Amino acid sequence: MSLSSLTRPWAATSYGFLDASAKRELRRKMLKAIAVPGCQMPYASREVPMARGWGTGGLQVTLTLVNPTSTVKVIDQGADDGVNAASIRRFISRVSGASETWDTLAASIVQSRHRVPEEVMREDQILVLQVPNPEPLRGVEPNISIARQMHADADYGKLWLTLYEQIVRKGRIMQGAAYPSMVNGRHVMTPSPIPRWDVPKLNMAKHLTFLSAGREKRLFAVPPFTRVEPLVFSDRPYRVEDHADLTCRRSGVSGYFMNELPIDGGGSAFEVSDSNLGIKAIQQAEGTPVEIGKTWYRNGEFSA
Amino acid sequence: MSLDMSPAALDRAAPRLMRAEPLLTMRDISKTYGDVRALRHVDATVYPGEVMGIVGESGSGKSTLLRMMNLEDTPDSGDYTLRLPNREDGNLFDLTRYERRMLCARHIGIVYQNPHLGLLMKHSSSGNVAERLLIAGERSFDVLRAKAREALDASEFPLSRMDARPIELSGGMQQRVQLAKAIALEPALLLLDEPTTGLDVSVQALVLDTLKRLQRDRKITMVLVSHDLGVIRTMADRVMVMRHGEVVEEGLADQVFQDPQHNYTQQLVHAKL
Repeated sequence: MSLSSLTRPWAATSYGFLDASAKRELRRKMLKAIAVPGCQMPYASREVPMARGWGTGGLQVTLTLVNPTSTVKVIDQGADDGVNAASIRRFISRVSGASETWDTLAASIVQSRHRVPEEVMREDQILVLQVPNPEPLRGVEPNISIARQMHADADYGKLWLTLYEQIVRKGRIMQGAAYPSMVNGRHVMTPSPIPRWDVPKLNMAKHLTFLSAGREKRLFAVPPFTRVEPLVFSDRPYRVEDHADLTCRRSGVSGYFMNELPIDGGGSAFEVSDSNLGIKAIQQAEGTPVEIGKTWYRNGEFSA
Repeated sequence: MSLDMSPAALDRAAPRLMRAEPLLTMRDISKTYGDVRALRHVDATVYPGEVMGIVGESGSGKSTLLRMMNLEDTPDSGDYTLRLPNREDGNLFDLTRYERRMLCARHIGIVYQNPHLGLLMKHSSSGNVAERLLIAGERSFDVLRAKAREALDASEFPLSRMDARPIELSGGMQQRVQLAKAIALEPALLLLDEPTTGLDVSVQALVLDTLKRLQRDRKITMVLVSHDLGVIRTMADRVMVMRHGEVVEEGLADQVFQDPQHNYTQQLVHAKL
């Protein structure tokens, strides 16, 4: 017996890396996810040439959606130039022939880890969010079977209770990211670990959002023009991060979500989290003709 | 010992009985777990405002019957109706799981023998009470806080500890938190499954006093399960005696304790260590 007898002959990889049956299954699940907004759909998460936990869920959705006319943007915590973002973007482009871009306005598919771009997305764009833990009830109900039953019954009392406890213990809601949100008035989802700042961007958005967890083998969706409402008490309004007064040290823009960077001697400097928006602002300041799209926030106030 | 059957005594013993329509009616309830017949053709009736005591040895079916009343389990056969305002009578076992859960959340409170079954140990005591209100749809933090405070106060829980976690509290305090959670929505029916078992005698007396006061002040209908005849004698207006999944005797508490008819009831009443 030789090694060659145990292996298949060389063959070209399927278009978009995933084989046809895998894409067919994913498309079925994506359609179901659109039909029942916010409801988690299990799928047979395939192996991709990347470790679980590095965006395999988002990658599989993107590879299913992509075609040679697509333009793909990949961001990692708002940055287009991170190693992970660049690697994923090049991989998608290589296996599909799709164009790459850093510009939100030019992209047809935006795959993102932990951020929604600051520029408003259009009807013809799709946002794919990588999700590490798709189950909002995980913290209050570790038994998955019971959690499924709780979703079926819309039994979210324990989720509310965690918010109640945070106010009792700390005086305010401490949930910084992955804020549990009710989709279309029925299912509570975790909108992946995007900051509170980004959750309103999903509410009644024009674009379609897919959220996919490769390790957990679940995906869910927020279709266009669907209500996404963070869980809040009627007398404790939802509050986003207080970044309105911060200014980006590189681009000079203000009123957007900022990354905080510690500086020598203590204190912090801030940089706009959406790196492409910062680059556009710098180019514009230098006199280069560049289009900055309408942004969801203006001067720190949600305006879209 | 002769029975005091004067009109005044009867009125005291059965203050609201037989004059009103029953609040709870169970008919022909049977339940089998594997080879074990836990309940055999059990009928039960509870009238508004009364305390119905259920006594019997371990394995007699008391707690199973209580779980049926709380709609946690469904029988193999039988009907269960609750007369509630703005709700048509009908067999509650025919409801969907979701409908049963919502009905229980709003209209039935339960205190378990083991606080771990009824409480979220890692959440605050006030949070445990608030959870019940949250399930029923309350979404104002201030209202939740006020109602939790009110229910804990009514259960004679020290309000200075309302945000302590149950795991940090004594057994008696944990039972008071369970009680507050159970009465927070002013239920039509309060189920008590051995609420004082495992507590020392002095704490038992305090919890029973609280229950009696609540029953007197709020006219809550209660079903109390216990194997402690002293507790039943103190609390109950009527008594149901169970053995091997069957009801062997039922009647006014004084009547059953003073003049037991069934052999098993006689053994229970006369049993001494």
